[in-house]
Amino acid sequence: MKYLAEYRSHETVSQLTRAIKSIITQPWRIMEVCGGQTHSIIKHGIDQLLPDQIDLIHGPGCPVCVTPLAYIDKALAIAAQPGVIFCSFGDMLRVPGSTQDLLGIKAQGADVRIVYSPMDALDIAQRNPEKQIVFFGVGFETTAPTTALAAYQAKQLMLKNFSLLICHVRVPPIMEALLNSPNHQVQGFLGAGHVCTIMGYHEYRPISEQHHVPIVITGFEPVDILQGLYLCIKQLEEKRWQVENQYRRVVKEQGNQPAQQLMRRVFKVVDRNWRGLGEIPSSGLALSSEYNEWNAELRFAVSTINPQEPKNCRSGEILQGLLKPSQCAEFANACTPEQPLGATMVSSEGACAAYYRYRRAQHG
Amino acid sequence: MADLELNCPLPLQYEHIVMAHGGGGRLMQQLLDNLVQPIFNNNILSQKQDSAVITVNGVKLAFTTDSYVVKPVFFPGGDIGKLAVCGTLNDLAMSGAKPLYLTCSLIIEEGFPIEDLKRILQSMQATAQQAGVQIVTGDTKVVDHDSGDGIYINTAGIGIVDENVNISSSRIEIGDSVIINSDIARHGIAIMLEREGMDFEHNIVSDCADLSGLVQGLIQAGIEIHCLRDLTRGGLASGLIELASASSLHIEIDESAIPILSDVGSACEILGFDPLYIANEGCFVLFVPASETEAALKVLAHHALGRRAVLVGKVKSAYPKGIVTIKSVTGVNRVLDLLSGEQLPRIC
Repeated sequence: MKYLAEYRSHETVSQLTRAIKSIITQPWRIMEVCGGQTHSIIKHGIDQLLPDQIDLIHGPGCPVCVTPLAYIDKALAIAAQPGVIFCSFGDMLRVPGSTQDLLGIKAQGADVRIVYSPMDALDIAQRNPEKQIVFFGVGFETTAPTTALAAYQAKQLMLKNFSLLICHVRVPPIMEALLNSPNHQVQGFLGAGHVCTIMGYHEYRPISEQHHVPIVITGFEPVDILQGLYLCIKQLEEKRWQVENQYRRVVKEQGNQPAQQLMRRVFKVVDRNWRGLGEIPSSGLALSSEYNEWNAELRFAVSTINPQEPKNCRSGEILQGLLKPSQCAEFANACTPEQPLGATMVSSEGACAAYYRYRRAQHG
Repeated sequence: MADLELNCPLPLQYEHIVMAHGGGGRLMQQLLDNLVQPIFNNNILSQKQDSAVITVNGVKLAFTTDSYVVKPVFFPGGDIGKLAVCGTLNDLAMSGAKPLYLTCSLIIEEGFPIEDLKRILQSMQATAQQAGVQIVTGDTKVVDHDSGDGIYINTAGIGIVDENVNISSSRIEIGDSVIINSDIARHGIAIMLEREGMDFEHNIVSDCADLSGLVQGLIQAGIEIHCLRDLTRGGLASGLIELASASSLHIEIDESAIPILSDVGSACEILGFDPLYIANEGCFVLFVPASETEAALKVLAHHALGRRAVLVGKVKSAYPKGIVTIKSVTGVNRVLDLLSGEQLPRIC
């Protein structure tokens, strides 16, 4: 497989590991922002190849994990209504709401369908004019453009039976929030490669300059991650803080401009609650008022649903990198993928799920 | 009262059956272990083999059943009829049996085209004939429109096991070689691409095939087979995890040794699936003593369904107990774990 095999090459991995060892002189704490990177690091055991001085902190970049309980409950309330076809990305289906999950409600008769793109949901709406089709739009700037496109097309077509429950989130504000938190331990970032494919990386320069942290936009394969770490550690060792782009085969500085234009047209920036982290200013995207007619929260009157997050789940600390999954008392005890206390145990990109799946035997 | 014997609490988290209970992962395992096994409780069922091996008047017989609910019913590389025959033949073959007779029960939804039914039955007959077995009894039911998915098929099968053949997870030993006969993940991906109408160019066809001839070839060549498992739902990873757990041994496999066709690998990358957990319908894992490795690979390579046979790992030790580890492409070992249910496509 071209563009894959060479980024998983054992030989290149060994060379990069040696290169990192040759430049490191002191301990560094580096956060990988994106859940896809966390999954890859744990799956390929990259953290075990690194010198002990490097502490990888798993960041808040798993869209499933940070979607607040209120939105899962809103999704459940909408999906349970008669005549609704509720469309979602697959890995949202097992995320626990206050009392159940989308899979459970499907088993009781709700029409919940997995789609691969919001455009599939739009297609379902056109083929089922007698039903109400709702798409659950979650994720970072990576998935937001296709949601924007679906909303835009629904408006163009004046589709009356389609609406969107939107809980999209933005990466730069959460990085700022982490750096502004008094407990933060992050000294460098691996930036989220796929988000930057859309948004470019000019947004990160002020963050890097203001907080004196290197940010290296990084891909997802073992070689990508090790190259990203090498560049980040080199900056730290040389006391530099810049934005660098490891993922050059995909990411351009200005990103995908048509996608950005479409997002600006359809969405507005809002404050957003993050599961386990609380409200982060300007960190969310919601449908602009021009799209009220396609806003599922308004159509199904679920805006007032606002449940309390469970207390014993420490996913907030996990998502800030203050706690490793295996350090949580509930990990693999009260909290398992079958009965998760928080979303970090559900999504394949969640740090707790990645530890459970690949590391459990080592933690007993 | 009989129901008082159900004294262990059923730790099912769901009050209703969810799709994941049929996904070949941990939820299905829990359903079998906590509900089905305790109720039917007997020492043949508790061996958890692909077929039950029973002795009748001194003759060792393998007996099995399986239901087929694939959607779409016609897919690249086969159809529900071929699948229903091959799947049951393979379950028999995994105990070393020579299949003899099959049954066929049809549950058909009102409105299903007779022409499609004819194609399916002809496909069943052709597959059975090729395997040298007969479909000798069956049943037909029709359900209301919207009460089924077109057609469901159940087949049961019976076969004869040579008295010298003893294939079971209890025979897996430290040092055994772990061999697979084929590349993995073709069936699940072929079905998924067809079902979801994914429109990217590919040449992926299901590996759906009758493996009984290949297994008989190994037996006739005198290969000492310790264990066989067909790698259907849950794929290679789930099959190995069940065997590691049943034998309480540590199985180690090498990721780079596992053959995956390039198109299949690409589809998995795009959809965010791990091919190790994707269903196969013409793929088994074989455990033989290390000294038999070369001979077994040679026999397999002579058969069309074993041409890509390869050694993927070995049974290491009794510690750590009952787990499977995989040596990743980076050279680091990680643990393979059962998934909860079916894999769900990732967001991005």
